[in-house]
Amino acid sequence: MSELETVAAAEMSGGKADPAARPRSLAGDAWRDLRRNPIFWISLVLVLAVTAMAAFPGLFTSNDPHDCTLARQHAGPGGGAPFGYDFQGCDIYARSVFGARASLLVGAFSALVTGLIAITVGMLAGYFGRWIDAALSRVIDVVLGIPLLLAAIVMLKRISSDSPNVRIIAVIFVLSILGWTTAARVIRSSVISAKQQDYVAAARMLGAGNGRTMWRHILPNSLAPVIVVLTIALGSFIAAEATLSFLGIGLRAPTISWGIDIDAGRTHMRESAIPLVVPSTFLALTVLAFIMLGDAIRDAFDPKLR
Amino acid sequence: MSDQFGRQGAVATAAAGGDGGHLLEVRDLFVEFRTRDGVAKVINGVSYHLDAGETLAVLGESGSGKSVTAQAIMGILDMPPAVIPGGQILYRGTDLLKLPEEERRKVRGKQISMIFQDALSALNPVFPVGWQIGEMLRLREGLSRAQAKRRAIELMELVKIPAAKQRIGDYPHQFSGGMRQRVMIAMSLALDPAVLIADEPTTALDVTVQAQIMDLLGELRRDLDMAMILITHDLGVVADVADRIAVMYAGRIVEHADVHSLYEAPAHPYTKGLLESIPRLDHKGQRLTTIKGLPPNLMRIPSGCPFHPRCPYARQECVDVVPAVRSLGDGRTSACHLAQEVLDGRI
Repeated sequence: MSELETVAAAEMSGGKADPAARPRSLAGDAWRDLRRNPIFWISLVLVLAVTAMAAFPGLFTSNDPHDCTLARQHAGPGGGAPFGYDFQGCDIYARSVFGARASLLVGAFSALVTGLIAITVGMLAGYFGRWIDAALSRVIDVVLGIPLLLAAIVMLKRISSDSPNVRIIAVIFVLSILGWTTAARVIRSSVISAKQQDYVAAARMLGAGNGRTMWRHILPNSLAPVIVVLTIALGSFIAAEATLSFLGIGLRAPTISWGIDIDAGRTHMRESAIPLVVPSTFLALTVLAFIMLGDAIRDAFDPKLR
Repeated sequence: MSDQFGRQGAVATAAAGGDGGHLLEVRDLFVEFRTRDGVAKVINGVSYHLDAGETLAVLGESGSGKSVTAQAIMGILDMPPAVIPGGQILYRGTDLLKLPEEERRKVRGKQISMIFQDALSALNPVFPVGWQIGEMLRLREGLSRAQAKRRAIELMELVKIPAAKQRIGDYPHQFSGGMRQRVMIAMSLALDPAVLIADEPTTALDVTVQAQIMDLLGELRRDLDMAMILITHDLGVVADVADRIAVMYAGRIVEHADVHSLYEAPAHPYTKGLLESIPRLDHKGQRLTTIKGLPPNLMRIPSGCPFHPRCPYARQECVDVVPAVRSLGDGRTSACHLAQEVLDGRI
């Protein structure tokens, strides 16, 4: 059967054609784009690798990152430590592998909490408009005006506890309440454009209330851009965590974090640069991977770039 | 509310002399849009009524206010910028404009439902059509998922979507334009409304599909015993389906008549112009007749009769005095100083 006949037959059978001839959807088009994008695959592999590292560090190294002996100070590679040992005599590679967990936890939870705040605020502002929008938008402006690092230093200075859990939660809390504004703005504007669609009027016409209209009809249609923003934000939250830990106000030993190791490596940079370079590379690649992934997804979903 | 219902009903019964007043009645409705550039008076005293089992066509150019009237009836106008400074919308004798929002919601969909012009944008792109048709059945009728799905299939069969059972999980973009409009119709019929408002249901469709959809709407109206308000700018669409026609211009009803008398002899120069501008096969090779000029800017509606700048018969009176609605017998009305002359064909 020729191609034309197939199409004609598909149309005659009421439009239910075989999957290959299905009309294209935005997500389908985006996937087709992504599949051919090497940046997407590279970043995806990196993201999956870091995630696996955070979940099962034992798969990547058999050394204990807390097993430090001064006798091995700045010793070269060997004994399962491909990059050798740092000033304290710890396995540099093992510490970097185990450091992924704290970074990803902070990144993922900050992005999650940020997303929840942003969706709530952006949805309320965009849907109800008027004075609610005016009030919430000013709150966004105010929070946006606070320098992230300065505010984080001020807030984290108040927390004296050294318990790893408390510090992780504190860092997530601080990054979340300072970092949700961009995502909230994105959500607000996509809610405003979704609100004017006919299907929202149709839902109201059939008697749907505000809650149902917001969460069932508007939210699924305005979520795509914010997912992209949050993927990129996840990368920058990881960087921010490292920055805070580097400055000594984020996570603290015995928690293993790239930021802490970078700080320690910097002190003895003259003797050996490797303890500085390895965790820095892990950090840079992870942040880069999330940002590239977000970028690739955004490009794929933006019809104007096609 | 039952008190109000009874009293209003009695008044309407007395007025209509029939069995229970009008099903839906718009009385002297005004709607304005207050924008930064000024106030656009979109609806200026519209009155029409609809009885059970009949089809009323509301005819007019874009911007004549026909859709806004429908949105006011449904209560889906965005307020602000829209404001309703006056008028009543009586459904079975109850003024919908005075109902609290919660009560109003119960009327929507279940009593009065609406079909939108562009079915693609009126369907939510992220949910399968079956889910959307069944949504309000689950939410408002308390049907289970399985029941709602079964009912959705029935509704899709009712609007003659082939292979309804297989297509229930498809998304709106997988349907053709005509099929999409059928989905939209199925969705608005889900709660078994007494009144269906069709807002230009065929404008976004091919000519061949238009006829099918109009036939379907006519059939459904008969079979389900609904009353229908058909909003359109297409005189050709109206003739077969409607019982009565209300012609709107600049937010007013300028002429109101049953279909046959209106086509036979219009009683308003605007209607006359509209009828004359229908392309005709027996006038082959001639220039198409048009109504000269443009519809008025609703921020600056002309004095007197709003149609006077475009009217071939306009005289001084038309510039100075807003014409009252004249009754011409048989329920016919026309808002024109020269209504009788136009009707008799004397000018």
